[in-house]
Amino acid sequence: MKKIAYEQIVEKVKTMCIESNYNLGEDVYVAFKNALQTERSETGKEVLTQLIDNADIAKVERVPMCQDTGTAVFIAEVGQDCHIVGGRLVDAINEGVEKGYSEGYLRNSMIYNPMNRTNTGNNTPAIVHIDLVEGQELTLHMTAKGGGAENMSALKMLKPSDGMEGVKEYILSIVKEAGPNACPPLVVGVGIGGNFERCAFLAKKSLFRPLGIRHQDPVVAELELELMEQINRLGIGPQGMGGSTTALDVKVELESCHIAALPVAVNLNCHASRHQTIVLK
Amino acid sequence: MQKKIQLPLRIEDIESLKAGDRVLLSGTVYTGRDAAHKRMVEQEKEGIPLPIELQDQVLYYTGPTPAKPGEVIGSAGPTTSGRMDLYTPALLEKGLKGMIGKGYRSEEVIASMLKHKAVYFGAVGGAAALIARSIKKAEVIAYEDLGTEAIRKLIIEDFPVFVINDIYGGDIYKDEIAKYKQ
Repeated sequence: MKKIAYEQIVEKVKTMCIESNYNLGEDVYVAFKNALQTERSETGKEVLTQLIDNADIAKVERVPMCQDTGTAVFIAEVGQDCHIVGGRLVDAINEGVEKGYSEGYLRNSMIYNPMNRTNTGNNTPAIVHIDLVEGQELTLHMTAKGGGAENMSALKMLKPSDGMEGVKEYILSIVKEAGPNACPPLVVGVGIGGNFERCAFLAKKSLFRPLGIRHQDPVVAELELELMEQINRLGIGPQGMGGSTTALDVKVELESCHIAALPVAVNLNCHASRHQTIVLK
Repeated sequence: MQKKIQLPLRIEDIESLKAGDRVLLSGTVYTGRDAAHKRMVEQEKEGIPLPIELQDQVLYYTGPTPAKPGEVIGSAGPTTSGRMDLYTPALLEKGLKGMIGKGYRSEEVIASMLKHKAVYFGAVGGAAALIARSIKKAEVIAYEDLGTEAIRKLIIEDFPVFVINDIYGGDIYKDEIAKYKQ
């Protein structure tokens, strides 16, 4: 059985936190450049230009691209034939987040309790989802999820009779309502099916998929493209100041559900769509 | 067209601004976000004087990242303004003339801005490293215990913003989104 040391996980997580906040992924950078070619609004073009300049400055000066360095969200795919030694996986992730946010001069945004609202001072706890998979590897997917866009996210239990038209209408209504608040151009993450809690997870999980990569099921892939076109016709544009680039991408994940149910979740992500993956073996 | 405006805001500058204008702001602004607003308005109710004189001033809704050694401030982009809506009319009553943030304001805030002749500027959300370059000085002046949410006095130079709401009822979100809707 393959052994993976606790300390190794801490170090990798630390690096992921820092690098994801300093270096905008190539996929998002390319999406900005493409949007600049197609954007119709002059104000929208100015916004996109500022975002490209901002990403360049953050990368060169090694500073966070956005002051909201986010909630650290992880999906850990744990190979059932690997053995994590020296401590608990979740503790290692939290220790890595603490080190990354402190050593990287990233903002601590997590509070102990929604009622008393005292900052934990180290951006923990991270949100960790664990998936047991085949093999001996530990794969960590990380995103630094901004609060503004997360605030405009929503879930609704539709009726089966609402059908796909109802689903599309609901997704568009959430993007429209978010308008400028969620920092467009957005990455729109959609979960369809599962149940109440699974649906929200599916929407979040979809945001880990790189921009420009379509769902492997051609029917879902087509739905993603159709939604993107409809969203970009809303006119919201970069920063909601009007234009043709409201979404950089739309991601859909879909799963089985109960005969009585049609859950839909929309997890909005701002243009600072930070996501990284590393494999420990 | 890009205008240059010196802060604090003078009435003739406010009158010259129209929704959609690109503006470079220079001078003094104060930071303040959720927790600082709550405290200011609560203290005001208790009769405690505000930690800053708001007359003709501009508030910037931001919670910066920690400054790296030798730097003035960390990354400092705008946060969503709507969360401050509950507290804003009370601050406009005290002479506040401008706000920098991102996103929608409530009808009540917009009405209060029209009444008190104040403008709402939008900075580009997420452009925090770029914006930080226009911040030349930063000093915590109140509520230090709030950390990133403390009130800071910033000296800015050519800080890039757009006018979202002017004093004539212009609203970039309403006017521009309608233009591009298909």
